[in-house]
Amino acid sequence: MNPTEAPDLVTTIGLEVHVELKTNTKMFCGCPVGFGGEPNSRVCPVCLGHPGTLPTMNEKAVEYTTKIAMALGCDIAPRSVFHRKNYFYPDMPKNYQISQYDLPVGERGSLEVEVDGEFYTVGITRAHLEEDTGKSLHIGGGGRIHDADYSLEDFNRAGTPLVEIVSEPDITSPAVARAYATELRSILEYLGVSDVRMEEGSMRVDANISVAPPGERGKKVEVKNMNSLRSVFRALEYEEKRQREVLRSGGSVTQSTRHWDEKAGRTQELRTKEEAFDYRYFPEPDLVPLEPAVEWLRQLREEQPELPIERAKRYQRDLGLSSYDAGVLRSTKALGDLFEQALAAAKKADAKQVSNWVTNDLMSLLAAVPEGTKNPPLTGSNLAELVDMVAGGDLSKSQAQQVLQKTLETGRRPREIADESGIKQVSDEGALEAAIDAVLAANPDVAERLRSGDNKPFGFLMGEVMKATKGQGNPKVVSGLIRKKIS
Amino acid sequence: MTELWERTAADLASLVASKQVSAAEVAESCIARTNEVEGDVLSYLTLTPEAARAKAAGVDAAVAAGEPLGPLAGVPMALKDIICTEGIRSTAASKILDTYIPPYSATVAQRLYDAGGVLLGKTNLDEFAMGSSTENSAYQVTRNPWDLSKVPGGSSGGSAAAVAAGQAPFSIGTDTGGSIRQPAALCGVVGLKPTYGLVPRYGLIAFASSLDQAGPITRDVRDAALVLGAIAGLDPKDSTSLPGPVPDYMGALDKGVEGLKIGVVKEISGEGVNPAVQTRFREAVQILEKLGAQVGEVSLPTFGYGIDIYYLIAPAEASSNLARFDGVRYGLRIDGADVENMNRNSRAAGFGPEVKRRIMLGTYSLSSGYYDAYYLKAQKARTLIARDFARAYEQFDLLVSPSAPTTAFGIGEITDPLTMYLSDICTVPSSLAGAAAISVPAGLSADDGLPVGIQFMAKPLDETTMLSAAYAFEQELGLLPKPPLWSPS
Repeated sequence: MNPTEAPDLVTTIGLEVHVELKTNTKMFCGCPVGFGGEPNSRVCPVCLGHPGTLPTMNEKAVEYTTKIAMALGCDIAPRSVFHRKNYFYPDMPKNYQISQYDLPVGERGSLEVEVDGEFYTVGITRAHLEEDTGKSLHIGGGGRIHDADYSLEDFNRAGTPLVEIVSEPDITSPAVARAYATELRSILEYLGVSDVRMEEGSMRVDANISVAPPGERGKKVEVKNMNSLRSVFRALEYEEKRQREVLRSGGSVTQSTRHWDEKAGRTQELRTKEEAFDYRYFPEPDLVPLEPAVEWLRQLREEQPELPIERAKRYQRDLGLSSYDAGVLRSTKALGDLFEQALAAAKKADAKQVSNWVTNDLMSLLAAVPEGTKNPPLTGSNLAELVDMVAGGDLSKSQAQQVLQKTLETGRRPREIADESGIKQVSDEGALEAAIDAVLAANPDVAERLRSGDNKPFGFLMGEVMKATKGQGNPKVVSGLIRKKIS
Repeated sequence: MTELWERTAADLASLVASKQVSAAEVAESCIARTNEVEGDVLSYLTLTPEAARAKAAGVDAAVAAGEPLGPLAGVPMALKDIICTEGIRSTAASKILDTYIPPYSATVAQRLYDAGGVLLGKTNLDEFAMGSSTENSAYQVTRNPWDLSKVPGGSSGGSAAAVAAGQAPFSIGTDTGGSIRQPAALCGVVGLKPTYGLVPRYGLIAFASSLDQAGPITRDVRDAALVLGAIAGLDPKDSTSLPGPVPDYMGALDKGVEGLKIGVVKEISGEGVNPAVQTRFREAVQILEKLGAQVGEVSLPTFGYGIDIYYLIAPAEASSNLARFDGVRYGLRIDGADVENMNRNSRAAGFGPEVKRRIMLGTYSLSSGYYDAYYLKAQKARTLIARDFARAYEQFDLLVSPSAPTTAFGIGEITDPLTMYLSDICTVPSSLAGAAAISVPAGLSADDGLPVGIQFMAKPLDETTMLSAAYAFEQELGLLPKPPLWSPS
């Protein structure tokens, strides 16, 4: 078939996201939850699956899962049940995973995402709670379980609470997929329920993608090993293109699981047939069903924070901020909170001014601070003080930048820092006039050129005056005075 | 003169507390008695005399210091080897756990330790509690103290035999479909299966999680009440354990049976039960009537489906529960070309034939395409059984039946697994209903002179009514004569 004659092809993507919850202890025992550490240092008889041990439910994990399901607009099950998913794998201590099957915590939700000013609604099939496995390290051979000389098992992660969020196949492009994963990560961060660090595996994204003519069903390809939002986009873009080319050249896509190779920038086939796994699900007899009290659910609903997309809309609608600024401010809960606290405390500066300081100067300074935007080392009142000082003419913009840097480093109040280091802006005309007179007197030729209408040396004069005032002269006042003097 | 090892747990506890004897003397008496008959009975898989002596010394020190004592202070005991005991090998009578030493103790074990119990050792059982004769132990066949050529029943055969042989005044068994009550009946002792959830399961090596319950095996009903009081009650480590205060079981013993409505289960009192057992059972019912109980017949139409339902549900849960025995973290490991083959080799060598049979059975009934027809249907049928029981309890305070269809059978006599499964025909239905039940000796069979048991079944959490009826019955009938082994000729 001639490629140009091919009918339009439609891309269909569904995402399956696993999120490790940031609870103090594991899902079914008292071991601490954490990342890394000495192998098998956070284990006990329960999470090692010793004979006779029983799981006991981590209530915080149930609460977090319920909060996630609520934030995604899911129906919260009045009765939700845990099942055993049975299969053998050496990093799974009991050789079954306690998970959920037909009665998950939440079902039938949706998530709104924005791409280039367009809004898309992605359906959420379900959000359920399960336990994570341990980690295997296969030594020797090809580094895979079947040809390894031996395998090492680390059960530190085993039993960490894990929420699985499954989207409907509503996603129509890699860009929407990335926006969905980004928005979901942002919501989880707002809820404070997970570290959502894709590079550490606390948020893991798998995708199903198919390409087919409209109205037809394509062959589903599962893509794994996407370890960043960027790789979600790249992998799906690659896979979409690959499948389109296969179809356009008259071939057919094989239903398969493919591995994203970040370095090579391509997907590789892992296995073609869905292995006929039979997980023999059955209700976990060691746990009782979850039946959340209506009052508890009501309380959780009240505690729900404003969702990031709502926050962004509010900033644009009520504060007149641009879509870009609102997007930066909502990017983490802490940043938006900081902005709002500063705005509330500011006496002189308006929303636009406070926003500009956050989205420009603060953002570039925070880039150097680890986890800076998630946990900015700055209080709202200090930011307000700084922005007010600029708005009130006490500091120039560049002075304020210096002060902000020091405030971030020390946590001290901007006014204190400015006073102590003598950083201030001089706007008093009398004090500035002397300096200007001295500069003009020292540079009579330059003054003359200006008087004759040559505006070029004006900058030079400004610079000289600023030098003479040790950078403290208010540039606006200085330039006004110079013009007055030479006219 | 009565030896200390012949005494009941309640007697020993009071003798120790009142300083008439020391815990050390009691322990030595039981250790000596154990050694004397162990070669004949083979009740134990592991003996812990040194730990027993140390514990007894601790109790004696507490007595001397006038410290408050637990209700079982200084009382020797035996635990079924499916109950995890920290630092003491716990095998479930399986080769796959031959070297397994638990890093923790079961709640039941811990509660008994805290009550002052002195552990003598760990008793034999059918591997992973799967069996009705103790012949499925990977180590040894325990013999019935009444007749060493007969089985003690199972799966808690070692626990029942130890108590019947005078090795321990009480033991703990576990009951999934009758594994406390049937061996108690066959060994002429008392065996109590509590309501599901009354006694915590934490630390019982799981067979069928929705059915497993630990309970006491004792020489009389009073001891059953005493021990139950020490092990019952909510455990935060077991989500299925039930809240609420633990009743005063000892205090309820004297309430008698007068005015109690007792239903004789029609479906299990005639056909399928050995005539000599029936005779003793009918006499037992007459005793209850004589004591003032209002006895009537009650039909539980689904009773007869118990075994079928049980053999779909219990193996299904077992197939999943036993998946953890894979050679990776503990227990037997037989190497293989890769992990999968190591798993396979370890399990092939570690599990006995009955365990493998049930894993296969359970895997099948959970498999996709069969789940609805087998496991799910069995679960639905299970609710019908529970409904039948609930309906019967609307009319009756207690239900009674024989505890087992026969007396103890010969070692090696039953080779067909299905015939063996029928040994639990009397006990399985109340397990499926989650109800409490107790087997109490009801005399000796006229055919073979072996013990017969009567089973009292109570509604969930009504152990007090059950114990008071059983106690009144026992008082009226009198205790059985001692087995021949009691006084070696």
